[in-house]
Amino acid sequence: MAKARVKAPKTAAAGELVTIKTLVNHPMESGQRKDKEGKIIPRKIINAFSATFGGEAVVAATFEPAISTNPYFQFSFTVPATGDLVMKWTDDDGSMIEQTKTITVA
Amino acid sequence: MNKITKTLTCLLAASGLATVAVADQDATLTINGELTIATTVAAPADSPLDELFSGWVFRSGETQALQMDDFDNPSFIFVDQAIEQFAKVEGTEGESCASCHTDVAEFKGLRTTLPRHNASTGKLDTMATLINDCRTNRMGAEPWKYSKGKMTAMKALIGLQSRGMPMNVAVDGAAAEHFELGKEIYYTRVGQLDMSCANCHEDNYDTMIRADHLSQGQINGFPTYRLKNAKLNSIQGRFKGCMKNIRATPYKEGSKEFTALELYVASRGNGLPVETPSVRN
Repeated sequence: MAKARVKAPKTAAAGELVTIKTLVNHPMESGQRKDKEGKIIPRKIINAFSATFGGEAVVAATFEPAISTNPYFQFSFTVPATGDLVMKWTDDDGSMIEQTKTITVA
Repeated sequence: MNKITKTLTCLLAASGLATVAVADQDATLTINGELTIATTVAAPADSPLDELFSGWVFRSGETQALQMDDFDNPSFIFVDQAIEQFAKVEGTEGESCASCHTDVAEFKGLRTTLPRHNASTGKLDTMATLINDCRTNRMGAEPWKYSKGKMTAMKALIGLQSRGMPMNVAVDGAAAEHFELGKEIYYTRVGQLDMSCANCHEDNYDTMIRADHLSQGQINGFPTYRLKNAKLNSIQGRFKGCMKNIRATPYKEGSKEFTALELYVASRGNGLPVETPSVRN
């Protein structure tokens, strides 16, 4: 259900440092809150993020419950050659959000 | 824009203390590096204003920048939610918005003509009444409240389709009666502070009202994401805020008075391109 938005350059020079901005539409329910009846609202967060470029790991992160709604994650890496940047967000319920951006090295 | 801003800009620049961002008259609003939107246009012939300025012009550089990129613009979180809502089946008829309107892009241009007179009801149609009409009559679903999250998000999604197109509401014919009512409300002093809309937005725009830089009160960017409350704000919700500021009792959202005022204020911005969803402070 959640949706991810990614801002990545379409082209880059070889070895250029590029910045990728990502934002996922997700409630990030911490599991600490209670509803009107006093029952705990079950935890439902994105617990992990990873990005690979051309099959090689770029960044991996563990998200914790204190991270806000609609988590924003930004990272930079050097682009060696043309390839696909594959980003994955893992939800507590096991579902995955996946986005691919192709960066062309001119 | 008047002398005050220019002098202020010069002073700040000269003193090297230009830490406070002052609205830049010459800044250009280009969204995603592709779509350039005019923020200053010539006023229509019968306008009381000399030139029309989008509210974007009056905001600080940082706030302006947020609107210049759809990734940075926080409104798009709500637009994304509305895209999901658009395809969601609700109500007794088992239909979603998308059942009839296959592509939301078909609403291109709608935002520029609202509010408009509806001959069958004799009232003005706003985006909110059109959405709720679909929800109750076609979907058999509960209507949404005027300024609640789902409503403003859907308005932003539909309004977005018209981004860059000039506002062009009709005020003649059957709409004239509403236009006159709206005009009367605009110029009538109300509340403990005894102020009318015109006192700030016509006589004193581009001056500071304490810490706030007064705009012309144009509504071409609504629903607008306000940094103040971190959500999308509706036009009539904003009217309500203004009326509370002048210690007046606001009209109800969706009332005849506010809808007439919405038409009148929209007509004052005829020619200004739609910026929905905009970012303001």
